[in-house]
Amino acid sequence: MISLSHVSKRYPGGYRALHDVGFTIDAGELVFITGPSGAGKTTLLKLLVAIERPSSGTVIVNGQNVGALTPRAVPFLRRNFGLVFQDHKLLFDRSVYDNVALPLQITGYGARDAARRVRAALDKVGLLNYEKALPVTLSGGEQQRLCIARAIVHRPAILLADEPTGNLDADYGAEIGELFRSFNQVGVTVVIATHDQTLLARLAPRVIALKHGELAT
Amino acid sequence: MRAWLAQHVRGFTATFARLARAPLGSALNILVIGIALSLPLGLYVVIDNLQASSQQIAAEPQVSAFMALDASRAEVAQIEARLKRSPRVQRFRFVPRDQALQEIKQASGLADIVDSLPQNPLPDAFIINARDSTPQSLEALRDEIRQWPRVAHVQLDAEWARRLDAALRLGRVLVAILGALLALALVAITFNTIRLQVLTQRDEIEVIKLIGATDGFIRRPFLYFGALQGCAGGVVAWLIASGGVYLLNRNLGELSHVYASLFQIRYLATGDGLSLLAIAATLGWFGAWLSVGRHLALIEPGNSK
Repeated sequence: MISLSHVSKRYPGGYRALHDVGFTIDAGELVFITGPSGAGKTTLLKLLVAIERPSSGTVIVNGQNVGALTPRAVPFLRRNFGLVFQDHKLLFDRSVYDNVALPLQITGYGARDAARRVRAALDKVGLLNYEKALPVTLSGGEQQRLCIARAIVHRPAILLADEPTGNLDADYGAEIGELFRSFNQVGVTVVIATHDQTLLARLAPRVIALKHGELAT
Repeated sequence: MRAWLAQHVRGFTATFARLARAPLGSALNILVIGIALSLPLGLYVVIDNLQASSQQIAAEPQVSAFMALDASRAEVAQIEARLKRSPRVQRFRFVPRDQALQEIKQASGLADIVDSLPQNPLPDAFIINARDSTPQSLEALRDEIRQWPRVAHVQLDAEWARRLDAALRLGRVLVAILGALLALALVAITFNTIRLQVLTQRDEIEVIKLIGATDGFIRRPFLYFGALQGCAGGVVAWLIASGGVYLLNRNLGELSHVYASLFQIRYLATGDGLSLLAIAATLGWFGAWLSVGRHLALIEPGNSK
């Protein structure tokens, strides 16, 4: 499903974020990418969704060479993913419902179909009663769950999360860990970049550890 | 197909929502575009009207020769014979004084006044088309006929019509220049509006790019917005022009009452008005397209971090 070989990423100015990283993630796996801040976790995720391109090496997602995609093809690559951000990246000028409906609007879903899926996703994260609320009125944990609902509403094959529990206290963190586990149990490939040790202990996933931009063995 | 349609409908509703979210700003923009467009449009309406009335007057230059009021039939016949002989004359038409009176009655709506006249004040007349219509030869012809006996007055008819025509041609060039300039202004206004919108919606654009929106999807509401704004500006321009015509006509109404003439300025033809809307919408679309293309490229999810 995801395969990296000899991937390096150097930023202009010479900073080396990743060096000769290679691994494979199979469909249906639950994988943590761990490591201290600055180890290159976020860069790795960015390479997967073509926000960044590798300086060398190849990144293969679903059989596509991500580094070689044309700009026109990038949106379609990204539709394979559900993205969960540390800072949620919600749209604050529209309701909870509309935030979750966004990925479906982009792919051109019919309104009735979309409504069913949006409600299912909101139900899954326990926000069904907040449909009409604005994201600002939600707590941090609720906002994170909203972000997760948006990430899964279009039933992506891969769920990517960057420090999903980074800003949350432990209880919320546990809740969100359970959510990820339940998605993984229905066959979604889940990749989480985090240094949250409690989450790690709870889910007992496969771990890809990074240190100074290299695989730590 | 249905999904495609649904996307466009959604794009359109989103556009209206965007217009409605900043009603004052949108209204002012539309007003500016409308006023800008109304300048060449108004000029166009005026020229269109002038042209229509100048076309009623013969485009071909003619010379009119009026006989003295008391000229006898024999004297008129003599002039007619001379005209037939003259090499400068291509053809001519004789208008007897009675017929001229009838024509005036019908054409100018002066029937009441004409009927009240004790006698026909009009002379017999010849309307002559010259073989050569250059101004010099027309003048030579006029001077020649003026010498003939019992000819009271000779007049070059179409001269002023030709001058008007030349002026109208100039006017049309002016409309074209003004139109082109203000079309540019429309594009510029739209460009700027869309630029501001793209920048204020930076976060939103970034997010929807991240979750897999194509550029087409992102661009669509902006393009609709540009087209809609341009079109609305066109409507405003049409209203301004029509309002102008209405006001002019109301005042002309009094004037033409006095002269008992039926001169009225015509409104912009519906076809022309619809073309105006189409052009304005296209220009708005174009300005938005330029702007979005330019500014969207700057917003990449990777750039902000």
